[in-house]
Amino acid sequence: MSATSPVPTSPAGASGQAPSARQDRVLGPSLLKRFEPLLISLAAICATLLVFGVFLLFDGLNPLEVYEVMFRGAFGTSFSFQNTLQRSAPLMLTALCTALPMQLGLLIIGGEGALVVGGVAAAVIGLAMKGSSPYAVLTAMLFAGAISGGLWIALAGALRAYRGVNETISSLLLSYIAIALMNHLVEGALRDPESLNKPATHHIGEVNMLGPIPGLDVHWGLIYGLIACLVGFVLMKRTIFGFAASMTGGNLRAALLSGLRVRHLMVLTCFLAGAAAGTAGMVEVAAVHGRANASLVAGYGYTGILVAFVARQNPLGVIPVALLLGGIGASGGLLQRNFNLPDATVNVLQGILFMLILVSETLYGKLDLWSFARSAAARKAAQPPVAA
Amino acid sequence: MAVELGTWGVPVAVLAGAIRVSTPFIFVSLGECITERSGRVNLGLEGTLVMGAMVGYGGSYLTGSPWLGVLAAGLVGVLLGALHGFLCARPRVNDIAVGIGLMLFGCGLAFFFGKPLIQPSAARLPAIPFGFWSDSSQIQDALRVNVLFLLGVVLAPAVSFALKRTRWGLIVRTVGESAEAARAMGYDVNRVRTLATMAGGFLAGIGGSFLSLFYPGSWNEGLSSGQGLMAVALVIFARWDPVRCLYASLLFGGASALGPALQAVGVTTGYYLFNAAPYALTLLIMVLSSSATRTSADQPAELTVAR
Repeated sequence: MSATSPVPTSPAGASGQAPSARQDRVLGPSLLKRFEPLLISLAAICATLLVFGVFLLFDGLNPLEVYEVMFRGAFGTSFSFQNTLQRSAPLMLTALCTALPMQLGLLIIGGEGALVVGGVAAAVIGLAMKGSSPYAVLTAMLFAGAISGGLWIALAGALRAYRGVNETISSLLLSYIAIALMNHLVEGALRDPESLNKPATHHIGEVNMLGPIPGLDVHWGLIYGLIACLVGFVLMKRTIFGFAASMTGGNLRAALLSGLRVRHLMVLTCFLAGAAAGTAGMVEVAAVHGRANASLVAGYGYTGILVAFVARQNPLGVIPVALLLGGIGASGGLLQRNFNLPDATVNVLQGILFMLILVSETLYGKLDLWSFARSAAARKAAQPPVAA
Repeated sequence: MAVELGTWGVPVAVLAGAIRVSTPFIFVSLGECITERSGRVNLGLEGTLVMGAMVGYGGSYLTGSPWLGVLAAGLVGVLLGALHGFLCARPRVNDIAVGIGLMLFGCGLAFFFGKPLIQPSAARLPAIPFGFWSDSSQIQDALRVNVLFLLGVVLAPAVSFALKRTRWGLIVRTVGESAEAARAMGYDVNRVRTLATMAGGFLAGIGGSFLSLFYPGSWNEGLSSGQGLMAVALVIFARWDPVRCLYASLLFGGASALGPALQAVGVTTGYYLFNAAPYALTLLIMVLSSSATRTSADQPAELTVAR
């Protein structure tokens, strides 16, 4: 039952001797520690650009040109930036589906399934409440999406907590089951007869759609994502619940011995994680598609796993990383048009990024620069002052 | 000539499916079994499977020989396995997470390079018609057995023998049971695990080439639907025994064939639900074969997936 997670928040693994109190004051290693994850992630991102650049060179393309177009397609114009924001909203939510359980050392990769379940449930409730005031409909849809998605992942958490079933595999299997269930419902009971080649539910109605944020061409889902990340951060880093969670993730036996209700923690955290991904499904239905259909299976769940890992499972870090990967996704179309690159180019880039991020884990506590500066400072401190 | 089998067509089609659909399961699960016996989990075999399917198809298309395609697919699996092994040998790197990364990477790479392969048709693998004695075209179809399936059936006891009775198998099992003991005996744990992962990748790549070269028998991006992952669950179900992996693969092949078989005889309600059957079955089996309080005695002690 050892903790297998690469939970990066644990301060263990610092190299060298414990710094003296004096050094603490002078250098503030806690401050350096704080920036270590950021630096390592940035290094991994730069390395990814290098490796992917070589990949592009072999393809006969100039990487700098490609990156320039990517940047333009992601952040260059207000249109492309809004497209990026639009895409990053579900990514924030699905990333939380991996990042929150990871605090406990659980590796959940079933965000795609929770998104699909949440989207279908939201569509069903939205259709059932047609005619009520739009606010009531949207609120009900939000709860339906969040609760159903939450229960879906909570199932994986409960199976882990009470039956010892590996949560990584079970959550992924649940994704496939969710997609099959959606196809079953959309082809049968819930099908809008007018949706011919792409079976879908009925439309929830234009009045009930989630509108844009005033002044922007981006829907409210972005605000949902930002709020969820903030709440996730406060919950995991600033509350007793979060402390209990990271204690469980850090040392399961210690958590059990100190009387934490580890099983409850697991199920509850998984519920919250699934609720985030389910909300993403609700947003996709209420703000983008207007109905539930196979368009929900757009890979947001899988990209969300990557977002969580690049953000080092920090809910607040999820926000900028979701923007980055949303931008990469948004630039995919432009890459296709300008360079005739297949749409899988983005997947290759994501795959390289994922592996380099994992490998960069090994850099923790090994940033030579720091230990060098620290030992230099220690030597200096050891020397007697030259002129008293 | 064709005799109508009626509802008897369902079990025949399930049997045919068990033989046809199970082949990639057999190869991937045997590969994963070898890897897990060395104490590491490779969740990236899904990516290896898709990559093997693409390379196998491309190899067959370029050389005209499907068997060279199979070989190329296996070699690509070796490369991906080596990558997994290399990354996991770094300190603090989690093998399951690397597997997820490789899954995305392998699929992305396969879709990237496989774009031009969607249109052309490559030479397929041959099949042996064991159903020649029957007048029924359904039975003849069902018993058109691919050579790779037979190879898999032979391979399962062979792998079992290799693990149990050979020096190499002993080393792999030692590393999987106790890295410290293996280290004390002078074995390089990371090297053994990397080699085991490469061997597993070879088999998974071959399993992938079956998808594109025999059944369904063409290359497209929706070719694999999680077989590589289900194989990981299947190994747990088979309690790390290669021969039991073979039986479990047959069971899964049959479950996967249930939906299409029922559809063929006119039962169309719940077609999409039957698509969920293999996943639901996997989950059910995992629930039944796990326990919250104890780990299976057959589980390699260094393994972290089936806690």
